Amino acid sequence: MGIRERLSGNEAAATAMRQINPDVVAAYPITPSTEIPQYFSTFVANGSVDSDFVAVESEHSAMSACIGAEAAGARAMTATSANGLSLMWEMIYIASSLRLPIVLSLVNRAVSGPLNIHNDHSDAMGVRDSGWIMLFSENNQEAYDNTLMAHRIAEHKDVRLPLMICQDGFITSHSIENIELVEDDKVKEFVGEYHPEHYLLNKEEPIAVGPLDVQSYLFEHKAQQAEAMINAKKVILEVAEDFEKMTGRKYGFFEEYKLDDAEVAIVCMNSTAGTTKFVVDNLREKGIKAGLLKLRVFRPFPVDEVAKALSHLKAMAILDKASSLNAAGGALYEDVLSAMYVNNIHVPAVNYVYGIGGRDTKADEIEQVYNDLLEIVKTGNIDNPYRYFGLRREAK
Amino acid sequence: MAYNLKEVVANKPSRFTSGHRMCAGCGAPPAARMIMRALKPEDHAVVAGATGCMEVSTFIYPYTAWTDSFIHTAFECAGATISGVEAAYHSMKKQGKLPQDGETKFIAFGGDGGTYDIGLQSLSGAMERRHDITYVCYDNGAYMNTGIQRSSATPKFADTTTSPAGKVIPGKAQPRKDLAKIMVGHHIPYVAQTIGYMNFKDLYEKAEKAIYTEGPAFLNVLAPCPRGWGYPTDMLMQINKLAVETCYWPLYEVVDGEYKITYKPAKKLPVEEFLKPQKRFRHMFKPGNEWMIEEFQKLVDERWQELLDLEEITNRNQ
Repeated sequence: MGIRERLSGNEAAATAMRQINPDVVAAYPITPSTEIPQYFSTFVANGSVDSDFVAVESEHSAMSACIGAEAAGARAMTATSANGLSLMWEMIYIASSLRLPIVLSLVNRAVSGPLNIHNDHSDAMGVRDSGWIMLFSENNQEAYDNTLMAHRIAEHKDVRLPLMICQDGFITSHSIENIELVEDDKVKEFVGEYHPEHYLLNKEEPIAVGPLDVQSYLFEHKAQQAEAMINAKKVILEVAEDFEKMTGRKYGFFEEYKLDDAEVAIVCMNSTAGTTKFVVDNLREKGIKAGLLKLRVFRPFPVDEVAKALSHLKAMAILDKASSLNAAGGALYEDVLSAMYVNNIHVPAVNYVYGIGGRDTKADEIEQVYNDLLEIVKTGNIDNPYRYFGLRREAK
Repeated sequence: MAYNLKEVVANKPSRFTSGHRMCAGCGAPPAARMIMRALKPEDHAVVAGATGCMEVSTFIYPYTAWTDSFIHTAFECAGATISGVEAAYHSMKKQGKLPQDGETKFIAFGGDGGTYDIGLQSLSGAMERRHDITYVCYDNGAYMNTGIQRSSATPKFADTTTSPAGKVIPGKAQPRKDLAKIMVGHHIPYVAQTIGYMNFKDLYEKAEKAIYTEGPAFLNVLAPCPRGWGYPTDMLMQINKLAVETCYWPLYEVVDGEYKITYKPAKKLPVEEFLKPQKRFRHMFKPGNEWMIEEFQKLVDERWQELLDLEEITNRNQ
């Protein structure tokens, strides 16, 4: 049952790609995701995959080539980070509008400027409304597992949307951890073959893809994309159920860690959840009812489920690893608040922007967030909901 | 078999159908139709289009003028898009995921804006990676789709909406980029410059060679634009002829690095015969501006001589 290994997050993502054996991988180097195409081109060079590796001259071309390949009828994958995703941005929207289930491994890093190669979520937040399914991963195991589930979700006939798997640059991409891999043949069977209904290379049925779509049609096409994103919710859970049958590892829209009886809780994504669990355990020993909601599925955003899971709290903090620079709040904060509002649930909530540009996220800082929440519960005062932690000087 | 236009048209149905919305008198549609006719009837093609006049006029949802498969993604990436399609074909064919009979060919069309300028990197990458594709630039010498803005393919002195012929600056200040030469610098097996002239013989034969040469091929096709150039729509074929007979647009091909000029005018006409019917050069004919015509002629002569020299140099060892 499973293969015990020790891999970095990038190795885990590349290993999943090897097992999936996509027809085409088109990628361009950028720190910290570079290793993924490196590992993959080695698989190609050694004949351990059937894929064609297209060593493109930019990320814009990487996504353009993936679109061409996927529209042609192939499974296409890529990997990138930060500015690479920014350069792809135009094509990211085109990929989802053409309903092409491309799978991208996004190793999260700060988007310039100034230049910084370290982790935050500003790259992912820049494409949050682009029509891609976005899964976040706490550690290498989750980055691997999410990749194995990706095609089943993206290619489902009710979905047909591209999907990106996020993990934290360096923090998980370059850290070696224990991991349990699924056997190659089981992965092959789980992922299955790709048989698109319509594709460019079908000479029996030539098709045209990517039209000029004028006023009388674009609105309907966008509504269909929005509908597909809603449909993805059901499919994500179905695939997770099958995955659990194969591996015993359970996935949902989010993980609730000691949340059901919690009075105060943090909502966050990716590796910070690991640190937060450590803090929650410490606080629980002191008798403090602390909990965590670690969001896995950021797009589609599980509005009602998130609101319900947080409804019993006395106060909560939403952590954003990207500053929205909007004089309001971070992206995750706004989504969570909006979910609460439409469900008519009021829980005092504060937003912390943290970890920007790879700033270390420490356990004592997370603990201070819980202490802040306990203070809010005690006094009922929020004062300023837009906060930082880990910033050297409080910004005015 | 010797080329015969009537036979080509009679025996090979058009794969670029009527009903598209390109302007009357535009040089691009006849070129595209002829290039597509160069495909063997039994072969399938996937065509990629860069955003531009041709794309927005031939594939307006839910209609398409292309009988083969067609993909448009964005402006600057027809080269990368067709690379992905070709890589998919290569990979899937190798794995036995596609029928083994018959061939599929890959052709990209881009205007000069999408090719010389914003799409140059994507094109260069595709050529360097040696995809088995044919990239066709239909060069009308400006961003015609957005309303006649200058590109790096716009000839010197041309009046465009972003290089207007004003009181101080007389149109575009710089000569045009030599894209075919940049393609030759990629050491690809086939590069050609052509136009619809002499019953489309040159265009058809070069398209056939480009499509059926293994590896990347590049065709630069001059495609006059009645709106941008300012000539009457029924004058298209005459403009094409004058472009060639003045040596403004020399017809040549470069096969594995060897230049061959495919048409040498018996009597090279003065370039003003090409310039005169076009409103974009009107200001060059005002009294006192004779120096512009002289300078333009000098540029044409220099480039023509350079081409003659390249032909000689690259064939020296034969």
